[in-house]
Amino acid sequence: MSKTVAQLLVRERTMLTPHHALITLFSDTMPVCSAGQFLNVLVPDSPRTFLRRPISIHDYAPDGTLRLLVHDVGDGTHRLCRLQPDDTLDCLLPLGRPFSMPATPGDVLLVGGGVGVAPLLFLGKELARSGCAVTFILGGKTEADILRREAFEQVGRVGLTTEDGSAGTRGFVTHHPAMCQPYDRIYTCGPKPMMQAVAKVAHQTGTPCEASLENMMACGLGACLCCVEKTTSGNRCACTDGPVFDTKELLW
Amino acid sequence: MPDLHVNIGALRLKNPVLTASGTFGYGTEFAPFLDLEALGGFIVKGTTLHPREGNDYPRMAETPSGMLNCVGLQNKGVEHFCSEIYPTLSNLDTAVIVNVSGSTVEDYAACAARIAELEHVPAIELNISCPNVQAGGMAFGVTARGAASVVAAVRKVYPKTLIVKLSPNVTDITEIARAAEAEGADSLSLINTLLGMAIDIESRKPVLSIATGGLSGPAVRPVALRMVWQTAKAVKVPIIGLGGICSAEDAIAFIMAGATAIQIGTANFIDPRTAAHVVQGINEWMQSHGVNSLDEIRGCI
Ligand SMILES: Cc1cc2nc3c(=O)[nH]c(=O)nc-3n(C[C@H](O)[C@H](O)[C@H](O)COP(=O)(O)OP(=O)(O)OC[C@H]3O[C@@H](n4cnc5c(N)ncnc54)[C@H](O)[C@@H]3O)c2cc1C
Ligand SMILES: Cc1cc2nc3c(=O)[nH]c(=O)nc-3n(C[C@H](O)[C@H](O)[C@H](O)COP(=O)(O)O)c2cc1C
Ligand code: FES
Repeated sequence: MSKTVAQLLVRERTMLTPHHALITLFSDTMPVCSAGQFLNVLVPDSPRTFLRRPISIHDYAPDGTLRLLVHDVGDGTHRLCRLQPDDTLDCLLPLGRPFSMPATPGDVLLVGGGVGVAPLLFLGKELARSGCAVTFILGGKTEADILRREAFEQVGRVGLTTEDGSAGTRGFVTHHPAMCQPYDRIYTCGPKPMMQAVAKVAHQTGTPCEASLENMMACGLGACLCCVEKTTSGNRCACTDGPVFDTKELLW
Repeated sequence: MPDLHVNIGALRLKNPVLTASGTFGYGTEFAPFLDLEALGGFIVKGTTLHPREGNDYPRMAETPSGMLNCVGLQNKGVEHFCSEIYPTLSNLDTAVIVNVSGSTVEDYAACAARIAELEHVPAIELNISCPNVQAGGMAFGVTARGAASVVAAVRKVYPKTLIVKLSPNVTDITEIARAAEAEGADSLSLINTLLGMAIDIESRKPVLSIATGGLSGPAVRPVALRMVWQTAKAVKVPIIGLGGICSAEDAIAFIMAGATAIQIGTANFIDPRTAAHVVQGINEWMQSHGVNSLDEIRGCI
């Protein structure tokens, strides 16, 4: 699908926590998007937000709806968390290289931490639809940080970890028993140390692993070279060669 | 229809709107969003004789109405450009201009000489804001002598239109401008980025990997406009103005300050269609103001 600038209509915005919003966008000409891709969003009425903000596609349906899961961490995301129904959002999409799908359906593990769970719902749905058995491990500091648990439970098995033990296994995602089972493929998105720990487990068991990075971006189009990640083949753009990378290519 | 064409030395542009080096990739990244042939031309990424990996990440920091970057001229070298990129651009009916960078006078000249062989590249833009490794890393473009040395060396080997891009990080930009003109520059483009810095007070470290970076975007526009106005009065060669231009109104202000053409840089990141909108906006402004040629308003200030 060719990249485009689209005016997406805000259908709904609900606060999942005081700092996390689930935003439903609609367009009757919504471009075809793949799991792992992102939007570069022009934040309206936020003078201190000059550049667009990259946000993952959290959920996507062929009827023209697309969902974002946004964590309020600064001016731009704060404003996005206050969008109202009927507002329009100027977005560049679809951007980035998507997650790759296994050639044959198998057992897949999707590990997310914090707002990094965002792209894993769309991915999990696509994998389940292709016949894969999907297991999620969702991690957070406390139970309140586990986002969209019910939505994930509709797609696959869900394991939880929290650092304080308030839900699921106490500790980090890699401490979850489901982490030790064999998988055909592992996908991860979240804080870098978490993804590095997941990639390490995957490498030890020889399991192919893909991670979605959140490097700072300006253009989102492969033009400015601001978002580079060091890889086995030199600096590569997280916005076009990624955000999804095979973890074997990353110099972690 | 007003006449939007302008001449930069021997180079005729169908309109005065170009895109700035380092902000428009190789043009193809923007093809989904606008008709590249609707532009006067575009200036591709900074190209050096040898491949360069650039600086470490983080390379970018957002600032009020602008951004800092320290990309550090990441590119695969002039041979890669000639063999892989040029064939994809050579059929376009618009001016494809290569931005030439280097760290020694010899590198600049060798890179320019190689680009001179490309039939469908009618001009180069010489980025003299690069550090001169033989002069302790001080940028060529911050002294009249440094600027003159690289312009003279490139002029010897480059017969087509030679645009010299000036650094704003100087006391008197007109002095550098006159030095470049005296050595045979056909045109001057200004401004390159203003040296700046950002600090993360929580980590107590600079945000950018090499501490400092170049400021661009609307934040620099008044400085750029002032420098274009001063320089246009100081030299005879055509000026290409840039720095924070986001709209046709911004572009017209630069033309009134004396610019023959303009470039769109950071604004491409905010809306990848900006350059096409500016062409259309200039056209509409001329019609609504009864201006038939940009000569009527150029340098009117
Ligand atoms: C491909 C991609 C997909 C993303 N998907 C989502 C998503 O689905 N949901 C979501 O909430 N966020 C996502 N992010 C992160 C989001 O883009 C940033 O949180 C946002 O840009 C911050 O903007 P701000 O104006 O709110 O904060 P700013 O005021 O710009 O910054 C506030 C704080 O956030 C940090 N920050 C800024 N940019 C980033 C970044 N790119 N990554 C991590 N931290 C950052 C800053 O260092 C600072 O400490 C994604 C980032 C990328 C690159
Ligand atoms: C990410 C980025 C990369 C750049 N790379 C180059 C470059 O390679 N060569 C060059 O001459 N100028 C480079 N520039 C400077 C721009 O071409 C331009 O001079 C400057 O950004 C001011 O214009 P603007 O405010 O419209 O962006 C770069 C600017 C940015 C933001
Ligand atoms: S954000 Fe500009 S190249 Fe990736």
